[in-house]
Amino acid sequence: MAGEVKVVQRPGPEGSYLRAAAKGLGVTLKHLVRPYKVTQQYPDEKWELAPRLRGTHRMAVHEDGRAKCVGCGLCPTVCPVNCIKLIPAEDENGERYAAVYEIDEFRCIFCGFCQEVCPVEAIHLGVHYENAEYSRERWVYDLERLTEMEHPVTELWDPADPPSE
Amino acid sequence: MTQISGGAFFVATVVKAIVFFTLLILCVALATYVERRLAAFIQDRSGPNRVGPVGLLQVVADGLKNLLKEETWPTAAMRGFFLLAPAMAIIPGTILFAIIPFATPAPTRWGYVEMIVANVPIGVLYVLAIASLGVYGVVMAGWSSGSKYALLGGLRGSAQMVSYEVGLALSLVPIIILAGDVRVPEIISLQQPYVEGPGTLGVWLLFPLLIGAFLFYVTGLAETNRLPFDLPEAEHELVGGYHTEYSSMKFSAFMLGEYAHLLTTAALVTVFFLGGWDIPFWDGDNIRVAADGTLIGEPAWWKTLLTLLAFTVKAGLVMASFMWVRWTLPRFRYDQLMDLGWKFILEFVTVYIIVIAAAVYIFDRSGLEFGPTYAAALTGVNVVVGILLLFVLDRGRLVHGASRQTEREARARMLENRKRERERALASALAAPGDDTYEGAG
Repeated sequence: MAGEVKVVQRPGPEGSYLRAAAKGLGVTLKHLVRPYKVTQQYPDEKWELAPRLRGTHRMAVHEDGRAKCVGCGLCPTVCPVNCIKLIPAEDENGERYAAVYEIDEFRCIFCGFCQEVCPVEAIHLGVHYENAEYSRERWVYDLERLTEMEHPVTELWDPADPPSE
Repeated sequence: MTQISGGAFFVATVVKAIVFFTLLILCVALATYVERRLAAFIQDRSGPNRVGPVGLLQVVADGLKNLLKEETWPTAAMRGFFLLAPAMAIIPGTILFAIIPFATPAPTRWGYVEMIVANVPIGVLYVLAIASLGVYGVVMAGWSSGSKYALLGGLRGSAQMVSYEVGLALSLVPIIILAGDVRVPEIISLQQPYVEGPGTLGVWLLFPLLIGAFLFYVTGLAETNRLPFDLPEAEHELVGGYHTEYSSMKFSAFMLGEYAHLLTTAALVTVFFLGGWDIPFWDGDNIRVAADGTLIGEPAWWKTLLTLLAFTVKAGLVMASFMWVRWTLPRFRYDQLMDLGWKFILEFVTVYIIVIAAAVYIFDRSGLEFGPTYAAALTGVNVVVGILLLFVLDRGRLVHGASRQTEREARARMLENRKRERERALASALAAPGDDTYEGAG
């Protein structure tokens, strides 16, 4: 909003209360008959979410359903609140994978550093915020839950605004 | 057709009392819902719309919630009065309904039945007597709670209701002057479409007594503690006002009482100024009880139902206007409230009575027929008074802003300072001749 100041003329001590009250009644009547409502009927209607909203994590998977994570340990290192628990392991082919991968969504501050730092684009933040649970333990998301998520992933950069060199 | 009498009269009265009381309580419940929806619409919200179709069962949900809440007894409360107060809040509002005619008399095999619970011969005086009882609920609740907030709310309530009762009573005097009778059915038949013969004015009293209607409306708002006169429960300074210490159904009783009182006031405005159950421009409902108890006009059940509908619509619209006012005007300051009640409404309504009485006297002496012309002439008088009120009297005098208060204080301070300076100058002039002639030394 450009600096436009609306100067309201205050009624002086000699103003008429009754005429002012009638004017006020006119204003409320206008709102009364106006069909516009600001209330959003939440569970029935939902917000349009921005593509860059940073919400619940999800883990990208390979075509055969394995998590893409290679257990490099960058995300627990970069995480400013230490909410990622990662125990890497190696399979018989010598490929590294995450034996344990847990994110405590209660501690997470949704900064998006894990997604930014991931070399294989495995961990992502998602455009999703409705995650109520009955117990605290349920807020620690393990690898299975992270791979099962289906919501769209967060875009970290606006495609119209590419990162500088 | 003669009036129903004997045992049949007793049965009819009991049935009427039960039916109308039930309807009243139902309407009260509905009114709380309507108020919330209306408030929401005025504020561009949706209001309660989840429970039942368009939220209509919200009332039931709230009632159940209040029934299941814990009942609290403050240690400092006086038990007897604390229990009595909610009852005293409900009773005046509901028993006022006894004298309100709902519809035309209905014909039965045993004679006609008046659609009014009790047609007392002192109608308007009964209204004034019972309406003044409303203050007891507020005062008792405030005093017996043993809480300073409740006490302050109760004190304010009593002062306010006593102040505005005077205006309320006086604003009904012009009606009595015109009708020459205090019975409520007579006041309604006065407002019915004009037919040859005595007793009909042809228009609703809203027009020939425009200013009286306005004054009754405003003082009615004050009597029912509605905004802008809801100082007894000013929540920003008194927590909840006189019912701070109440919970559960006892709190609900206060709410029920408030809305019952509001409905009654709306019904009274309808009866006194909007023709009661009269359907405009149709003289088929000109049915009245003659002095000897016989019925003038043709009663019929369909007419009774139709006029009941007309009454409901009118009272409902008045109710809606009360709510509309509530969600528009901010609360008065306490000094504004008292100034308005004692320094303006009381004087204005007294002068208004004199003007109306003089006009009626002049019209009668000049041989003007009682009828539409008479009403038009009286409307003219009211319009003149109305213009005077809007453009001459109401210039910062009715309700003045805080700026005027501070201006007045600043002026008083200035005068005080000037006086003190003069005194000091005088004292120093007197003390001038020698050092040892101070006042204390002499």
